Amino acid sequence: MFGEKGYALVKELSRYEDSLPPYNTDLVNEVSNEIKLLIDQNKEDAQMTTDEGSGAPSMVSTIRIRHAAVKRNLRCLMAYHYNRIRCLRTMRWEFGSILPVDIRANLSSAESEPWQLICGQSVTGGVNLAVDLKPPKALYIEVRCLADYGNLELNDGSVILLKKDSRHYLPRNECEELIRQGVLRHIV
Amino acid sequence: MPLPTAYSPNYYSLDDILATQERTPCKFLINVPKMGNLNPSTIEKDLPAGTALELPMWLVLEMSTGRQPIVLPELPKIYKEAYREILEADACAVDLHKFNLYFYELGSYAKRFDRKGDVHQTLLHTFRTRFRQLMDLADNSISDPSVQQRLDTLERRLFKDGYNARTKLNAWLVESGATIEAANMVINHKKRKRLNMEDLMK
Repeated sequence: MFGEKGYALVKELSRYEDSLPPYNTDLVNEVSNEIKLLIDQNKEDAQMTTDEGSGAPSMVSTIRIRHAAVKRNLRCLMAYHYNRIRCLRTMRWEFGSILPVDIRANLSSAESEPWQLICGQSVTGGVNLAVDLKPPKALYIEVRCLADYGNLELNDGSVILLKKDSRHYLPRNECEELIRQGVLRHIV
Repeated sequence: MPLPTAYSPNYYSLDDILATQERTPCKFLINVPKMGNLNPSTIEKDLPAGTALELPMWLVLEMSTGRQPIVLPELPKIYKEAYREILEADACAVDLHKFNLYFYELGSYAKRFDRKGDVHQTLLHTFRTRFRQLMDLADNSISDPSVQQRLDTLERRLFKDGYNARTKLNAWLVESGATIEAANMVINHKKRKRLNMEDLMK
């Protein structure tokens, strides 16, 4: 049956709601091979129809069906890659500029490149767009440490030790990223 | 990963691709050479006219249009008279998830095969009747997961969105201060990691 592999590819991606599955190189290759095969068969049959004129049975319907399968497979491939890139873009906002190692392992080599590009975009003209996603109400906020993070150097040069379950009173703009990454928790 | 919610005109929509994979019955009008492999029950090379097969929606759509249609499409079972009557009687009582995961999406394609426009009416009626119940569910979410399981994909997404909007509004009403929170993906990623660790310990 045509298009089964492309469907499997899309199905696999749709199962992951909030993360990125490993890049499925094998299946992508199989789908592109199927496309190539179908196109070759179509070329052959089209050649035959034009060569023999009215003698051979018309292959037009066969060619149409194969072409529909080619279009379908292409769509599956495009959707697979497009949606992965979209997911990467969301991840840039959620995780910050550094991806966790296990997610990085799931990227294909071609996908690491857009990641660099996305990272460049969100810091435009020296303004970090990922800061102040919610309107700030105070310059300093109280936070609690959820993990042993180590030393954090603030902009004024002082160094504080972020130990698990310790509480700090910090400038909002300097700890926002850590809160987003789940190292600190904002206490209201 | 979060899926784009746009609908059928969206070329990249995963949901649309999944929905068009559903099978629909059709009948071949002309002989198609070399396409015997579409019919798993024969080993012949050609597909003769008059063969009735169940093929994926995307293929049927492609073959049934144009100046010379190859197949004559028929309605999938769930949009036929008998099922339509069930939906007309009381759409709220139906387990739409069991009908089809993509009831509305598939229906919007299948309605082209129905000249009288009854399917169109049924889809509209079903959605209109069930929407009230859906909104009620989203606003007063009770901890009964079995209700959610009777929704199709479109309804499930509406439910999720409505529920999230409700929680956000409630949070804002109770406390208008905006807390900075850890990103959703980060939280889920951590949970998954913890699960993996537990697997390793065993």
